[in-house]
Amino acid sequence: MSDADPGRAPLGRDDVVHVAHLARLELSDEEVELFTAQLRTVLDHAADVAALDLSHLEPSSHPIALQNVMRADEPRPSLERDEVLGAAPAVEDHRFRVPRIGGEAP
Amino acid sequence: MTDRSDSERDAEWEMVVGLEVHCELATATKLFCGCRNAFGDEPNVNICPVCLGLPGALPVLNEQAVELAMRIGAALHCEIRPSVFARKNYFYPDQAKDYQISQYDLPLNADGWLELPDGTRIGVTRAHMEEDTGKLSHVGASGRINAAEHALVDYNRSGVPLVEIVSEPDMRSAAQARAYASELRGILVATGASDGRMEEGSMRVDANVSVRPAGSDRFGTRCEVKNLNSLRSLGRAIEFEAARQIGVIEGGGTVEQQTRHWDESAGRTEPLRSKEEANDYRYFPEPDLVPLAPDPAWQERVHAGLGPMPADRRAALSEALGGSPSTAETDQIRAVVDLGLDGLIAAAVDAGAPVALALARAANEVAAGGEAALDLDPAAFSELLALEAGGRLSATQSKAVLGALLERGGGDPAALAAEMGFEALGADTLGAVLDQVIGENADAWARFVDGDDKVQGFFTGQVMKATSGKANGREVAAELHRRRQAASAT
Repeated sequence: MSDADPGRAPLGRDDVVHVAHLARLELSDEEVELFTAQLRTVLDHAADVAALDLSHLEPSSHPIALQNVMRADEPRPSLERDEVLGAAPAVEDHRFRVPRIGGEAP
Repeated sequence: MTDRSDSERDAEWEMVVGLEVHCELATATKLFCGCRNAFGDEPNVNICPVCLGLPGALPVLNEQAVELAMRIGAALHCEIRPSVFARKNYFYPDQAKDYQISQYDLPLNADGWLELPDGTRIGVTRAHMEEDTGKLSHVGASGRINAAEHALVDYNRSGVPLVEIVSEPDMRSAAQARAYASELRGILVATGASDGRMEEGSMRVDANVSVRPAGSDRFGTRCEVKNLNSLRSLGRAIEFEAARQIGVIEGGGTVEQQTRHWDESAGRTEPLRSKEEANDYRYFPEPDLVPLAPDPAWQERVHAGLGPMPADRRAALSEALGGSPSTAETDQIRAVVDLGLDGLIAAAVDAGAPVALALARAANEVAAGGEAALDLDPAAFSELLALEAGGRLSATQSKAVLGALLERGGGDPAALAAEMGFEALGADTLGAVLDQVIGENADAWARFVDGDDKVQGFFTGQVMKATSGKANGREVAAELHRRRQAASAT
């Protein structure tokens, strides 16, 4: 799911700002310039691969040809609650305390 | 808003509804780790490195969750396909790892359908597997999400296996949406995949609602309505949302694509935020999991193992009643199948109880027992109906004993009846009481013998009074008629 589609417009500054926002990264203008150039190089390389005729190959989402790896539905011990909560920045009522949230889950 | 009547407005507009139903699977453990899948535990006791997304933790797929997801797909006539898990990336504290493992372009089940009790078929686009999120409690002055000051997170639910069932936008009314959700719930329970409890969140429904001018074949802009915790909320929210959108359009505005929150007490939907583009989730194949492609033999076992679905069970009850149930019986049949009480009826009928009686008691008195209804012992129910059908308990007494059985969570019907003072009077006692009552009311008795049936109630009442209600009304009536015939013959 890369931007390797050869017909697509090259990665621009706005794309980087948008992706940085989605990743909650605060970038300076200089950084946006830097990463736009760097990411464009990466995508150019992906475009080289996309330009090859790979019609004789099956798409693959995993390097190892494995499927159906499963485990039995048997409970295993969970972590000690106090130990986990002890590592959290804020705790209230045995739960993780987080800042106010603007909306509901996506 | 306009001053035209609702019916005029309804004739001009058509609502289009599609539902997304999240169903928690009834497994012992979570989807990708061995933490217990349990509702109602103390907060954060069922958490581990995998469901907390700690560095280095590796998810491993739960085989039973796949089995249950396939059952759902099979019951909804879906094609079961090779599938791939994907990461859905977003920042929200209901997931500790900042992504949810779901299925995206390659879902396990696709292209199915569900038939409503009235025969309408609703398309099922897909039924894919994903993990549930943690539970957030918003803390603030008003308790409302938008006004919350902070939130508390319990990750017990994070990673619990879900199947999300996405319908086609095939529904055209709130009633149809309710019927779909209700039928789907019955199917989910019948497959053993879920307990179907909406109030506990085992089954959660989101509604995509849009409106369009009647006769149009283009879809309007849709809003997704969340926080529908009961079938009633679902119906009310859809009605409200469709009316709201019609109001916006008739007022010259345009409907904005939004996620809206149903406020049950206020009876309205409120915007949460503008819906992000789907590709903002930056889905990509989950590198820690391999593709899931259940082999044909497994699929066949799943299909072969499916028990009767609600539609089959309704048909069976209808047939047991002789094939043409009355409207009232049809309603009773739907109710008992919805509640999963048809097994009780089958047990009682096998034990010799009349079908109509078993259906009526199950649909009314047992159904009124709520949760306790599902724990009612079929043998006790059968025995009680045998007592009633055999005339040893009157209808009123039988209902009272049934109430006690439900309240106490079991017991021996005959013993309970005795304890409640419902033991049938011996024939001798009833005879003696009747002798006395007739003797004291000679005039009334003469009228009865002459054919005045109105007096029968009077005598029954006197007998009940004399026996403190222990006499069986049907037996008293039979005895009164037997004595009248004997008296007339002399």
